Amino acid sequence: MFSRAYKTVVTAPPLAWVTVFLLVPYLLMFCYSFWSVSSTQAIIHTWNLDNYRELLRKSVYWETLLRSMWIAARVTLFSLLLGYPLAYFLSFYAGSRKDLLYQLVIIPLWVSYLVRAYAWKTILGSEGVLNTLLQYVHLTKHPLDFLLYSPFAVVLTLTHIYTPFTILPIYAALEHIPRNLIEASHDLGAPPAQTFWKVIFPLSIPGVLAGATFAFVLSLGDFLAPLLLGGPSGIMISNIVVSLFGAAYNWPLGAAISLCMLVLVVSLLFVSERLEKKWSFS
Amino acid sequence: MELLVTNAAGDLPRSRWLLIHATAVFAFLYLPIAVLVLYSFNKQGVGGFPPHHLTLDWYRILFADEAIWDSVLNSLKVAFAAMAISLTFGVPAALALDRAQFPGKAVFRRLVLLPLILPGIITGLSLAMLFHLALIKSSLATIIVGHGTALISVATTEVFAGLQKLDRAQEEASLDLGANYWQTFWRITLPNLKLSIIGAALLIFTLSMDEIAVSFFLIGRDNTLPLEIWGRLRRGITPEINAISTIIFVFSLITIIFWYRLRMRADSGGDSGIGLLETSQEAIE
Repeated sequence: MFSRAYKTVVTAPPLAWVTVFLLVPYLLMFCYSFWSVSSTQAIIHTWNLDNYRELLRKSVYWETLLRSMWIAARVTLFSLLLGYPLAYFLSFYAGSRKDLLYQLVIIPLWVSYLVRAYAWKTILGSEGVLNTLLQYVHLTKHPLDFLLYSPFAVVLTLTHIYTPFTILPIYAALEHIPRNLIEASHDLGAPPAQTFWKVIFPLSIPGVLAGATFAFVLSLGDFLAPLLLGGPSGIMISNIVVSLFGAAYNWPLGAAISLCMLVLVVSLLFVSERLEKKWSFS
Repeated sequence: MELLVTNAAGDLPRSRWLLIHATAVFAFLYLPIAVLVLYSFNKQGVGGFPPHHLTLDWYRILFADEAIWDSVLNSLKVAFAAMAISLTFGVPAALALDRAQFPGKAVFRRLVLLPLILPGIITGLSLAMLFHLALIKSSLATIIVGHGTALISVATTEVFAGLQKLDRAQEEASLDLGANYWQTFWRITLPNLKLSIIGAALLIFTLSMDEIAVSFFLIGRDNTLPLEIWGRLRRGITPEINAISTIIFVFSLITIIFWYRLRMRADSGGDSGIGLLETSQEAIE
């Protein structure tokens, strides 16, 4: 029912904008990753694999990448452990408070990320709220210094930030389970635990996968929390890209790392999408 | 599901455990923000328990702090301009995805949504490379392009969701009765998408006001609010930052509640707020 002209008018402008400001930059980053910098910090446009060789040779890069993945894995696990029972509670037990509680999950999702990361910094510092509280109630004599500037602080903060991202897809999956399936399981004499593990949990797996993917991918690429709370032992891969962009001024190497992250993230999304399809029942 | 709660007597302890767990998770999500707000009134500084000498001094200092308010103004400019760009290209993109067939459509759909799920630094770095090669100096304008581009995804997903609920017959009737496409768009399509577009605008505004990863690579001389705060955090922290954070929190709270209400009006389904997440995932498949 829509004419050719209509379709062209709605298609061409966004296509052009996205090509120039999204596709071309990503391709440019791909090119940069095969270029290098001279000693005078000019970009040399000759093609070589030096950046990738450097990534494999220097252990700091892949160690940081592995550490980032380990941090992201813990964040994902804790977010799921916190998120799943809450989503389950919301879907099956919240009753008339469902709507209000749902909003309480949505709010932290959108409330300033910087504000929340900063809040944790004020809580975990050596003279922060938690340490002074512990000393005030005489639980400790000296400030616990593992609280701030450690991978622990990064995992805690990122778990706080990404837990709502896991709750929402799990909740949506639970809400989509036909209730008569659960009734049928009860009527056939299955105890609640069996109904959960044999009916509810398998049907909620697509939501779990979606939530886990969000938590993992988003925390993997985080650079604010590690810089604010991580200290030297909590540095993540994005921090290296940022420092290569700024002080070190080695954009090509930064591009090579970014490209590795991009490939990693896109393949993760691909895999999780496949798994979700496999587990969805409709 | 009342059925589950009342079904078996043995089920009750389970609901109690779940309630305790839910309360603990909500405490984990909200206590840090409460602490932040509390200490914005604390004379002694950002730490130290118990807080004493509650005061409004930090807010007085904040309101006299010109650098902060300059950065707020910059952030507002960026957010409104980014909103304009995202909607200008995001709304037609949703129409295109809904109604047109063109080569590369599948790639386009995924590409638009990528910035939402990719680490912000990748989008930021790649745009910085583009501007560098085009000899464009970093300024608020480059940040605007960065935010505008990255947030097209928000406009597209929200409006696309709105289009799925749109009654096609109205548009058909309008065209049959002799209105042209332009008139039909302005009088039928757009009014029907009003709630989706306002919702998208609110989200874009909120996300842009808070954006830091993309901005970091595109910043010129003028700071946005998050980057100004970021710079101060590295120099040492005072409750003045708690004060501005409290104000940011209150504003994002108001915006989000407003957005949520709109969303509930737009669709009476229970999925509000996760459509965005779901579609951004589908995008990559």
